[in-house]
Amino acid sequence: MAKQQHAESWSNGKSVFRHGDVPFRIGTVVLASCVVALVFAMGAIMFLSSSEARTAFGWDVLFGQVWNPVATELAEPEFGAWPAVRGTLLSSLVAIVIAAPLALGIGIFLAELCPPKLSTPLSFLVELLAAIPSVIYGVWGVFVFVPFFNQVFSTPVSETLGTYIPWLAGPVATGRGVMVTGIIMAIMILPTIASLTRDVLRLVPNTQREAMLSIGATRWETIWLAVVPYSRAGIIGAVMLGLGRALGETMAATLLIGNSQRISESLFAPATTAASLVANELTNSVSSLHESALITVAFALFGITLILNLGARLMIWYVDRGMAGGRS
Amino acid sequence: MSSMTISQLAPFYGARQAVKAVDMQIATQEITAIIGPSGCGKSTVLRCLNRMHETILGASAKGTVLLNDEDIYGVNVDATLIRRRVGMVFQQPVAFRTRNIYENVAAGLRLQGMSHKSELDQAVEEALQSAVLWDEVKDVLSKPGTALSGGQQQRLAIARALAIKPDVLLLDEPCSALDPIATANIEELLVQLKTTLTIVIVTHSMQQAARISDQTAVFMVDTTSGNPIGELVEKSSTSSVFTNPSDPRTESYISGRVG
Amino acid sequence: MSIPKNYRWRKFVDQVMRGSTVVATGCAVIPLIAIIGYVLTLGASALSTQFFTDVYQPPNMAQAAADGSTPAFDPNDPFAGIGAPTDGTAPVDGAAAPEADVYAGGPVGGVLHGIIGTLIITGMGLLFALPIGIFAGIYLSEYRNERYATIVRFCCDVLSGSPSIVAGVVIYILVVIRSQQFSAIAGSLALMILMIPIVTRTTEEMLKLVPESMREAARGLGAPTWYSTFTVIIPAALPGIVTGVMLAFARGAGETAPLILTVLGSNMISTDLFAPMASLPLLAYRYTESPYPGENTLAWGAAFVLMMLVLVMNILVRVATRRRAGASR
Repeated sequence: MAKQQHAESWSNGKSVFRHGDVPFRIGTVVLASCVVALVFAMGAIMFLSSSEARTAFGWDVLFGQVWNPVATELAEPEFGAWPAVRGTLLSSLVAIVIAAPLALGIGIFLAELCPPKLSTPLSFLVELLAAIPSVIYGVWGVFVFVPFFNQVFSTPVSETLGTYIPWLAGPVATGRGVMVTGIIMAIMILPTIASLTRDVLRLVPNTQREAMLSIGATRWETIWLAVVPYSRAGIIGAVMLGLGRALGETMAATLLIGNSQRISESLFAPATTAASLVANELTNSVSSLHESALITVAFALFGITLILNLGARLMIWYVDRGMAGGRS
Repeated sequence: MSSMTISQLAPFYGARQAVKAVDMQIATQEITAIIGPSGCGKSTVLRCLNRMHETILGASAKGTVLLNDEDIYGVNVDATLIRRRVGMVFQQPVAFRTRNIYENVAAGLRLQGMSHKSELDQAVEEALQSAVLWDEVKDVLSKPGTALSGGQQQRLAIARALAIKPDVLLLDEPCSALDPIATANIEELLVQLKTTLTIVIVTHSMQQAARISDQTAVFMVDTTSGNPIGELVEKSSTSSVFTNPSDPRTESYISGRVG
Repeated sequence: MSIPKNYRWRKFVDQVMRGSTVVATGCAVIPLIAIIGYVLTLGASALSTQFFTDVYQPPNMAQAAADGSTPAFDPNDPFAGIGAPTDGTAPVDGAAAPEADVYAGGPVGGVLHGIIGTLIITGMGLLFALPIGIFAGIYLSEYRNERYATIVRFCCDVLSGSPSIVAGVVIYILVVIRSQQFSAIAGSLALMILMIPIVTRTTEEMLKLVPESMREAARGLGAPTWYSTFTVIIPAALPGIVTGVMLAFARGAGETAPLILTVLGSNMISTDLFAPMASLPLLAYRYTESPYPGENTLAWGAAFVLMMLVLVMNILVRVATRRRAGASR
């Protein structure tokens, strides 16, 4: 991370010790370390509590195809969360495919094209989308969006295109499934990606725009060929953070995905997600193996979002370094 | 090559007029220098000549600027097309960070739809030759544009501007961020270029104006009526401006008493 | 002047693409308005005095409310009137005549237990999160160039980026299993994990905004760092820190997933921190899953209260931030 040199600042961020400073420093460091400790503790706790399932099934906990917590005469309990993992990946993919271009457009509009008077209120509205609790998205989704989407899109499409495109096939039934979940999640992650994109685009130095304009580029060409490429690392980071949010989303998914363990090719079919699996079953787990398997799934979620966060951080660090240290 | 005729050009920032109405002739195959103390509006006037001034929020300009016989501020004139014909080089050497040297120069050409590799290769080489940069970079064309030194990046910017074959080249204090050797290179280059181009250069260095320009326009700041406003004080051949100025304000500026 | 061949196309692309960014922004604003609009209107229809003062009532009580001609609920014969014969045979012994439908009832009961529960659980979570969050924010702002600060900042981002259910899982393991009990305090601990990064980041940002000249002046007078921080810097940044607290509260109040795993929920008002407690988002979730339309309406009502809380907090924060930004000029 580039060290900021504030010329006016007499301190370089490391303090000179005076009376009473030592306890203050210790106090703040200790409490700040609680944050660090919390992250490690969370990882460690989940890792340890998932050991039973991990030793019993290994990677199959995440990739095995059968999730059956209850022993029957025919089969031992089996914990393969692939239906849930697949549901998570598919719904997040739908969400990102819809949200990323839209959010890029919104970011470009807010940063480059919006009349200045509208810019603050519109940014506020976009950020308000992020403040709405996810359970409200679920309530609205179940009672308003799903019936509407079912009638207007899912049913007609599944009955026409769906007859020869397997991933659009019916039956649509209640309308809850991967596609509606993906669409609602797209709305939820729009503000995350859009406001980060807007911030990153605003940081592009004006000289880049002027250089492009002066060789006869249109406004859009300036944006698309000079401004956006300049900040592409930051934009990728923003999309990664949005993806992380989608992967971990629980409430909207639980209410909208239909909670079915069957794997179906169609996007209209109900499925389940990793987060909703944990939410639905952890408090009612039938055995310690069951519980441990669910904790493994939760740990995987934690790990994936941690990696995405790290990746996004690195992207943004790379952008910062380029802007501060590069010769442009 | 085109001449420019400026009549009653008055740039505004919002409601505030920045420079009093300017009347000026810019001849072909000549370097016209614009000098003056800071705040006199010389950059503002320069940026009006390729309609870059209006890209600042709230900025506008009144008056007429004829490029040969067409008014670039005419009613249905597209500013983007004007900027193809009137190129500009800025004070800070700017390279497109995500493009290599070749692509930096080719940027304007690609916009216009040129895509054949042989055509592009030739045009890029021509532009880099005119900018006296070809020999230094011909083997490293795929390196990023930001890998060059300041002086080289400025010549790269000139090459980029020249690649689309403009009629006029505007330069806004192109050497102020460069060391003396790089400055000398650019000055030499400009003198070579003037045979094929019309060149207007804004400079804060009177010595530079005296060295390379054929015509000089002097701007000053008029603070007499409340808000400071720029004003064209004198324009004529460089030699007469520096050795025999007709306006007393020019003389105080030249002799260092003012600005 | 000669127009290059492809210029018309470029201009067309320019206008279409610029228009598409406006459309994209519309794609964000329209759902926002739709969601807020539906919640406010459908939710308002659930509001009544009973809504705010009552707790859970089972749905078959609604027979008496919705259909005025049915007899009042008789505890000795709760199924009177359901499935009355439709083949024309006369009802027997004065039993109720019209068929009453438990699915046709309007909303009964209220969410007072949820409102109280949300306030308690979120408030306690905030109480736990504040000391850590504020001091971590102080550390990050006053010692911002140290390497450890980068680590702390990254961990903060990890916490804010991790799924909320993970916080629930961790507290479930640590507290619920150990104590063999769902409890409000477990929920508060889970919310604390989610609120710490918000408080930390806002505190850091607000403290960074305090001009360096203030710190220099305090040091110049010989004040030790801790003294100048508490008496000068923090009071200057206090309005900003308060906005961070408000945002954290709004975020915590809306979280459901961690509470599912830690608090379980309840049908009664409770202030026992070591027992299950109701909470508005949990009620919204449970009532949405319910097959009874009356309870579904209650879900909208709970969503309405939550939405109002979130909207009011966010607007207040915006107004406060703008006023401060304007005043500091």
